[in-house]
Order: sequence, then C-alpha cells, then structure tokens
Amino acid sequence: MVIQTQGVSFSFGNQQVVKSLSLQVPAGSIYGFLGPNGAGKTTTIKMLLNLLQSGEGSIHIFGQELQTNRISILSQIGSLIEQPAIYHHLTGKENLMNRALLLQVGETRVDEMLKLVQLTNAANKKAGQYSLGMKQRLGIALALLNDPKLLILDEPTNGLDPNGIIEIRELLVRLVGTGKTVFISSHLLAEIEKMATHVGIINNGELLFQGTITDLQNISQPLINIETDNTVDAANLLKRHNFTVTDIDNDRLFVPFTSKQQVGEINTLLVQNNITVFSISKQHKDLEKLFLDITKSN
Amino acid sequence: MKGFLLSFRSEFYKTRKTIGFWGSILLPLLISILAFTMFFVKSEELKSTPPMLLWIKFSMISLAMMGTLLLPIYTIFIAYSVNNVEHKADTWKTIFSLPISRWSVYGAKFAYAVFLVFLCLALFALFTIGFGNLLGTLKPELKFNAYHMEVQLMEVYFKLFLSSLGILSIQFLLSLLWADFLKPMGLGFVATIAGVTVASKNWEYSYLFPYAHPMEAITTMIKRDAKVPGPPRELQIDMFTKDVYVSFAIAIVVFIAGYFIVRKKSVK
Repeated sequence: MVIQTQGVSFSFGNQQVVKSLSLQVPAGSIYGFLGPNGAGKTTTIKMLLNLLQSGEGSIHIFGQELQTNRISILSQIGSLIEQPAIYHHLTGKENLMNRALLLQVGETRVDEMLKLVQLTNAANKKAGQYSLGMKQRLGIALALLNDPKLLILDEPTNGLDPNGIIEIRELLVRLVGTGKTVFISSHLLAEIEKMATHVGIINNGELLFQGTITDLQNISQPLINIETDNTVDAANLLKRHNFTVTDIDNDRLFVPFTSKQQVGEINTLLVQNNITVFSISKQHKDLEKLFLDITKSN
Repeated sequence: MKGFLLSFRSEFYKTRKTIGFWGSILLPLLISILAFTMFFVKSEELKSTPPMLLWIKFSMISLAMMGTLLLPIYTIFIAYSVNNVEHKADTWKTIFSLPISRWSVYGAKFAYAVFLVFLCLALFALFTIGFGNLLGTLKPELKFNAYHMEVQLMEVYFKLFLSSLGILSIQFLLSLLWADFLKPMGLGFVATIAGVTVASKNWEYSYLFPYAHPMEAITTMIKRDAKVPGPPRELQIDMFTKDVYVSFAIAIVVFIAGYFIVRKKSVK
C-alpha cells in the first residue's frame, strides 16, 4: 500500500470534518477520492501532506509513519491542492525554476516538464496572464518536477474546458504507466469512472465505500433513459419482454443498462410496437443517488 | 541548514522583481540623492560650516527621516511584502509541503525580511558616505574631505538596524497570520505613532515599547559623559543602549513564539 490510514479524524473547532477515515491506496493505482463539495476531501489531502495534523489515528505513506518521516515522505510526493499555487509576477518557467531550486532539480527537468504539459511556448509569459487551463497545467508540472512516486491532486480538472480535462486524464494514465501512483479527488463520478482503478467515496467526513472500480460499477449500474409518447404502454411492453423497469414518470422511463446491444433491442421493440421514441440514452447515476444506493447496500 | 539556504535563495528569487526588494535599494538611493541635491544647490550657504558639522548636517537628513517615521513604516512594509508573496499566490500550503523542515522555511522567510532591512540601512550608510565624498569632490568649498565619520555612520545605522528588529518580528507575525493589508498595516501605523509620541516625550519606559525604538536609537546614539555636562566634544556612538537590548530580546521571543503559533494554526 502506498497510502494507508487508520482511524484518522480531524475537527475544526467543534465541527468534525473527517471521521475515523481508513484509506488503502495500492501502488500503481489511480485512486479516485470521490465526494461532494465539503465532504472532507481537501482536509484529508492536507493531512496526507502533513499540512494539518490529525489528533487521532495513524497515517503511513510508503510504509513509513508520516509524522516521524515527514521530509523523506514529502520528497517522494508531488501535490496540487485546490487552485494551483502560482506566483503571478513570475513567468511560467520562473515558477518552475523557483521550485527546482528548492528541490535541487536541474533546468533540463524544468524544460522537460514545460514540454510535457505543453507550455514551452508560453514559458516566458507571466503566469498571471495564463488561462485557467494553463495555470492548472503549470500546477501539474510543478507537482511532477521532483519525479514523485506518488502524485496527490485535489480536483485538478476544476474549471477546465473539455479539451483540458481530456489532456489531464491522458497525462495521468500515461504517468501511472510509468509506475507512479495517483491519488485524485473529484466531486464528479463520471470523471473518476473514466480513469480510476480504485475508488474511495467520502461524504460528511465518512468513508462510505472503498474498492476497485469494478466493485463500484456493480453498485452504480448505469441506466437507460427512454423518452416516449406513452411511458405506461412502453413500460408494460418492456416488462412483458422480461426487462426490469426501475423508474417511470410521465415523460420517461428507466431500465438498468447492461450493454449497447440491449439499448438497440429496446429501441427496436418499442418502435415495432408503434411507440414513438423521442430519445434513448445511457445515463450515469448522480452522486446523490449513488450515496443512497451505497447506504442501502451497507 | 541546507533547507534554510535553499529557502533563503528561493525568497530572493521570488521577490527580486517585487517592489519589496527594490524598495530596499530605491529608498536609500532616493533620499540620499535628495540630500545630495539639497547640499549641491546650497553649497554657497554651507561653505563656512566646519567639516564635522557638515557631515552631521548631511547625514542627519536621512537619519532624522529614518529615525522618526520612515524606518518603522518601511519595516512594517517589508514584513508585509515578504509574506504577501505567499498570501497572494496561495502558496503557504506548497512551501509547507516541500521536503524541507518547517523551521527552515519559516526561519528563511524571517531571515530574508531581516536581510532586506539590513540591506536598506547598509545602503543608507554607504550612500551617505559615497554622496558626501562626491560632494567634497564636486564642490571643494564644502570640506567633506577634511573630516571622516564612516565608522560612526555605520555604527548608527547598525544601531538603527538592531532597533528595528522588535518591530520587524511583531509585524512579520501579524502579516503571516493576516492575509489582508489593512490589519497589520493599520495596527503597525497606530503603534508607530504611539511609539514616536512616547519617545519624543521622553517617557521613562519608552525603551520597553518596540515601535519607539528607532527614535530612541537616534536620541541615545551619542555617548555622553555623565561627568562632563554639555554637548560631547567627540562623536562616539553608544551602540548597545537598553532599548537595543529590548528590541533584540523581543525579536527572539516573537520569532520563536511565531513558529509555534504558525504550526498550531496549521495551513488552512
């Protein structure tokens, strides 16, 4: 295990924001740390970086206790917490050079990182003039500068356009291919599902679920959302043909998704029985619904 | 120690393009140029002034400004600007998650603020000596070359430096805790006014109040012989007066306490 915590808690005054958290992050994984805003994700990450000191429980990273091995552990971690921390009056390259100075990394590595995050052309531009996506990429370059074994990213795709999100996702998958472990937090289930190998779900400071992505998919089965002119007839028809209808209202009905093939079959069946299909699509459960399911299954 | 040196170098790298850093160079330069111009223009009136008095008059332009309001305000500004770099960029969390001990990061930042104040005052001494000699060369009727007080000037400015450490440590902590400009600046300004007031009224306990120390440093700088009343005949600088000790003690205590306050507060 790269990260292993046991019974970690944290309170701001009287308010307990993290409750007895036990994380297990295996080496070489992309661990998606999922939860709505205010669930305790950032607080947990700050504890993993020893920025906040937990009163209870233990945190082991790379098999070493964090508090007593702080410097040797931190030298193998790269992190990006919330907004990228960037000096706006310095250029992108100067931001990296400053960090390189602190980490005793050479200029060649700085240039490599600029290339990796595609900022070579903007290297000598003031970071304050960067777009949000460029800042985020610079933040990732800063996190990767010391070639860390573990990368901790807090909502790295926040505020990025779809292209930026795809770029970061591809970058992370490439990094894990080189033997790194990535711990990434997000409030978007679909986002995590696309890249994570392992998932931990936190809500109100409590870990609701932890396991592989397959374990999660078994719980968070996607649905087929069908919009028709007559949902009642459609539901009866589908039931007669051994499909499960999980939910129905005036405009639409929902059937658990199993394969693309099945979506086609449903469509054909409805159309052949003179039911007009306005739309038919695969739909992920939102976090709220997923939480309900997890709580039920527990 | 390595972490401290790396952090200190990084402080310079980060601030070398900011007004905080350049202020330390421009402030003594501008005031010295001002003093130079005044003497250059008024050389006719000043040519009968004895050399020692000439040097004293010339150096007192900068010293009086620094000793009253300017040094405390400048110190408050330096403490703010060194910390503001991190507040503005939201980088506290990054510098405290570097594989460098927290003492080194905190200590280097404080040491850098001390260095900037030192740099500024050292340049004041240097520019005063330099411009004084330049005046002596350009206007030979001003007898700057007939007297030398380089050592005394350096001593006075070093005394001013020591006397600013108390204010610096307090303002450093305030600026570290508060991200906004107004709170540390406002408190510092009020305290400076109070300091100048108590020091100028010669209140007997004013040496205990750090914001009064720069002014105290100027008023106590001339070593007086208690046995010989009247003005001293020789310029001897009394460096280690009790206000300097108090300033130094406050700096050490607040610096150490500050570390634990910052640790306890953690990084939000």
